[in-house]
Amino acid sequence: MAGFRLSGIAATLCWLAGAALVGYAFVSGGYLVTVLGFAALYAIFVTGLNFFMGYTGQVSFGQNAFAAIGGYTSAVLTTAFKWPVFAAMPLGIAAAALLALLIGYPTLRLRGHYLAMATLALGMIVQEIAVQWDSVTMGYTGIAAIAPLGAFGWELPHERAQLAALLAALALAVWVSSRLKHSRLGHALAAIAGSEDAARALGIDVARYKLIAFVIAAVYAAFAGALFAHHVGFVSPEVFGLHMVVLGFTMLYVGGIGSVYGPLIGALIISLLPETFRSFKDYQDLAYGVALIVILIYAPKGLSSLMRMWRARKAGPAGVSGGGK
Amino acid sequence: MSNELSAAPWLSVEGLSARYGKVEALRPVDITLARGELVAVLGPNGAGKSTLLRAIMGLTPGNGRVWFDGAELPRGDAQAVTTRGVILVPEGRGIFGPMTVRENLDLGAYLLGNQRGEMMARLERVFALFPRLQDRQSQLAGSLSGGEQQMLAIGRALMAGPRLLLLDEPSLGLAPRLAAEILDTLGQLNRAGLGILLVEQRAPLALKLATRAYLMAVGRVVAEVTPDQIASPHDLARYYFAAA
Repeated sequence: MAGFRLSGIAATLCWLAGAALVGYAFVSGGYLVTVLGFAALYAIFVTGLNFFMGYTGQVSFGQNAFAAIGGYTSAVLTTAFKWPVFAAMPLGIAAAALLALLIGYPTLRLRGHYLAMATLALGMIVQEIAVQWDSVTMGYTGIAAIAPLGAFGWELPHERAQLAALLAALALAVWVSSRLKHSRLGHALAAIAGSEDAARALGIDVARYKLIAFVIAAVYAAFAGALFAHHVGFVSPEVFGLHMVVLGFTMLYVGGIGSVYGPLIGALIISLLPETFRSFKDYQDLAYGVALIVILIYAPKGLSSLMRMWRARKAGPAGVSGGGK
Repeated sequence: MSNELSAAPWLSVEGLSARYGKVEALRPVDITLARGELVAVLGPNGAGKSTLLRAIMGLTPGNGRVWFDGAELPRGDAQAVTTRGVILVPEGRGIFGPMTVRENLDLGAYLLGNQRGEMMARLERVFALFPRLQDRQSQLAGSLSGGEQQMLAIGRALMAGPRLLLLDEPSLGLAPRLAAEILDTLGQLNRAGLGILLVEQRAPLALKLATRAYLMAVGRVVAEVTPDQIASPHDLARYYFAAA
């Protein structure tokens, strides 16, 4: 019981530390606001990835494709066609959802490595289109001077207000993720992650639910991509390249795959780590790599699992049922 | 019972075969089961027993036909087979370890949708049968003992409201006392009218409950016997060697 109380206190302290960091960023402004803004964007992106990989047990290396579609659609509509941001963003998200539906239907019949390869190819194809479709995407140069976040002719005036908007969007994304995880849909996805055959034998339409999870993940990615475009004011093929996938995977595994708050923790830690090691100068990347390895050795299920592991250790054998096997 | 058995079978498997790549795991198999009957499928490892159940469910692609309660079961569509009341308790139990006992049971009643009243009624019946599951409702399924996991697997299948239960080695990995307890429960369910096709390696336990048994070896049925024809393991071995 004491273990539960202590882990509860520790969890509260972690949340308070996070809140204090955000509070400090609002007061001090500057670079920390930029770092937290990127962390919030990636947290939304990874929350979507978590839907498909953590909750449903599938693999996708192609979520950057949907972020690119969300980002580019919104960027093109607001710059070339002067659409308002609040109208362009939903269209970008809808376009990504539609593509996920069309691509997912045939692709999700694949399993394991084959699915991973197919999604990787999707990401590369979309990136190549962003490079080659010069007349719309401006190729490698990218699209600049994209309208900032705002609505009805009113724009969020400075970086702190933008960060507040991003944090609000993140809160909404995490809340939806949590609600869905504990819903009938979430339980069906967990069953699929456990065993597709066992899920099928319970009457769960595995193909349909995998497609739903894929589309939800695409919606999150496109939302993050569109927010990025209007927060940074610039998009280019590199922004939505393979680096985004690698970073997303790192955040997901460091934070805790399958956990609602894992993506949030992962995005924050991975965004802050390089800044923390900046004083190491030439050894910054080395320190960053070592830190990642240490985290994954001591928290193989991610940082969000530490409390659970600690509680289980405190509970000891009593936490596991006895009975003869 | 003899009249029922002579009538058109409730479950009829006709020439069902299955392959894993180039390996023929199930050669054309014919078996039947009468309404409310408990039939055992016995055989050594690799005999094709599990494949038979998976092929009936449509989880393993194969040729042949399966009829249940007067209508043909669709091939390759386990979800549709489930909606007809044929429920599989897979080998290795197939429980969802990271979910709680209660969440596992709720998933069993997945096809009920939002019919909360019926779901609670089924839950009560499962808890009456396995009180230990009620005590451990909020425990993670993966942390249950082997016997409790098997109870959960059967309980979850019962939540689906089965008419015919396909059970794949429910005693696997359990101590003899627990295995006997589980099989006693299956006997109770059968006496209450539930049809059961029971794949089992512990032949003596299965033969205590079954009205008939199919003996399988190398992917085919080598004999159909009644429990009184198998007085000792030696009798079983005789059939298997005859098949070889």
